[in-house]
Amino acid sequence: MSAAPRSAADPAPIERHPLLAKAGFVLVAVVLVLLPFALTGIGTAWVRITNLAILFVLLSLGLNIVVGFAGLLDLGYIAFYAVGAYVYALLASPHFGLHLPFWAILPVGALVACMFGVLLGTPTLKLRGDYLAIVTLGFGEIIRIFLNNLSQPVNITNGPQGITLIDPFRIGSFNFAQTETIAGVTFTGPIKYYYFLVVVMVLIVALNLRLQNSRVGRAWEAIREDEIAARAMGINTRNMKLLAFAMGASFGGVAGGMFSAIQGFISPESFVLVESINVLAMVVLGGMGNVFGVVIGAVLLSFTPEVLRYTVGPIQQQLFGRTLLDPEVIRMLLFGFALVLMMLFRPAGLLPSALRKRELEANRAPGNG
Amino acid sequence: MSAGTNALLTASAIAKRFGGVQALSDVSFHIGRGEIYGLIGPNGAGKTSLFNVLTGIYAPDGGTFTFDGAPLANLKPNQIAERGIARTFQNIRLFANLSALENVMIGRHVRTHATVFGAIFRGPRTRAEEKAIERRAYELLDYVGVQKRANDLAKHLAYGDQRRLEIARALATEPKLLALDEPAAGMNATETATLKGLLQRIRADGTTILLIEHDMKLVMSVCDRVMVLDYGKKIAEGPAALVQKDEKVISAYLGGDIALNLKGAA
Repeated sequence: MSAAPRSAADPAPIERHPLLAKAGFVLVAVVLVLLPFALTGIGTAWVRITNLAILFVLLSLGLNIVVGFAGLLDLGYIAFYAVGAYVYALLASPHFGLHLPFWAILPVGALVACMFGVLLGTPTLKLRGDYLAIVTLGFGEIIRIFLNNLSQPVNITNGPQGITLIDPFRIGSFNFAQTETIAGVTFTGPIKYYYFLVVVMVLIVALNLRLQNSRVGRAWEAIREDEIAARAMGINTRNMKLLAFAMGASFGGVAGGMFSAIQGFISPESFVLVESINVLAMVVLGGMGNVFGVVIGAVLLSFTPEVLRYTVGPIQQQLFGRTLLDPEVIRMLLFGFALVLMMLFRPAGLLPSALRKRELEANRAPGNG
Repeated sequence: MSAGTNALLTASAIAKRFGGVQALSDVSFHIGRGEIYGLIGPNGAGKTSLFNVLTGIYAPDGGTFTFDGAPLANLKPNQIAERGIARTFQNIRLFANLSALENVMIGRHVRTHATVFGAIFRGPRTRAEEKAIERRAYELLDYVGVQKRANDLAKHLAYGDQRRLEIARALATEPKLLALDEPAAGMNATETATLKGLLQRIRADGTTILLIEHDMKLVMSVCDRVMVLDYGKKIAEGPAALVQKDEKVISAYLGGDIALNLKGAA
């Protein structure tokens, strides 16, 4: 071994070109900093849409730990988002008259969601694939139905009316919901949240990358590939699966807390099954197990319906002089069509995990080993 | 050799039933430290069942294993691996979509300690451990002779290389006893010869081997002692050369009449 052994887990080819990688990072950073102001130019709604997209990025990254790394199909993931959201809402709204600071509640939300993750993980340890999917789906529904009905006999969740007037993030007199002008630049509420969300997103992306490329991440991947062999190699599959559920759930909990604060209002309707499936679609579309792929998948799937919402109508006006099809209807049609095409032509996702990508190269050039 | 202090593994009266099939009944044996112990028998004789009971995949219906001075009762497969028994599988079970190197790195899991927090904060200890894991994995790939394929996906390796990669992965857990389930299956003569050398080297380096194999030439040339199973029962045990001539063994493999005819002809 003369050359330093290169880790096979080096995720992206970009890491082999340090200069290019650095330039890329700077470019991404500049775009991320300037983005909200550019979006404000198009329309203020777009900053809010971006914020929601980032929340979905966080959710997808959390689900990616469970589905992408450990290979456990979870169809009830939105339940953890709901738990985080309700923990925040209950501890920072007039509903109970509690107004705890956000930096105290977000970790609590993560912890409670984490406990729910273990709660879901424990009875499902022996299940895999479709069986696990069914149980997790049921779990997601149970949580939503509880939220819907826990207004009696003691009013905890306020039932279908949801919880209103949830506190925004506040640090001293700095309020995330208020517009403020600092050094001649106007920061609206959504823009302030945007920067906060971007920081959290960058942290969680880094955390995911480190987890994947570690003893723990390899153990998860071993379970995904072959559980019996993983156990025979000394991996405590029970603990590692619970850990995956717990980590994924706590990410969902954090995202849920921020969702609460940004929206100021939550109700069980935000946490329906379709949302779970949506997050799963983001993970699959982006490329299961590939952190950057999952980020791209989440961004695309969050923005596409919104872009269509604003373009389908005007385009019809231009082409035919009037609106033939209701934008709401054709929007979801196009969206579904795009998903089907994606899965036909890139079944492994937009950015397949680094190893799968290498596999394709090997297929193209057999005998290069 | 008797089952004294020198025995690494002692099995007494192991039994396992699957519904109406008695897969193992009253199987007792011991494996001495540093031995290569062969386990042979016709298809369906219960060899792999014995492996699965030994490595905790199934719980035995009766009997006990004593390994390295302590019983192996009610242990899960991962705990058995921790105690120092590593195995390979008859139908190769590599982590197909991970690289060969990563497969062996996963074998190091049970002897390393990094937690989630270590993974996230990546302190000096975790980084040192990661480096050591990678270095050891390369050494083991080199040891079994598939170092050139380190960065290829496990499923793209040639069949013989996959078998050897499985051995490297098992060795990564630092076993005292290495249990190999038909490692030569599907290998050509050259590969089998290389495998024989590898087995002898592993033994010389201090690991005891339990070997299930159908390639009799390999079994006879490499094993110190051999046990023969038939219909879940032990029918013979002893040095390879003696077992080979045992009437019961011949009739188990060839059928009773043929064995008698052979005897008559001789």
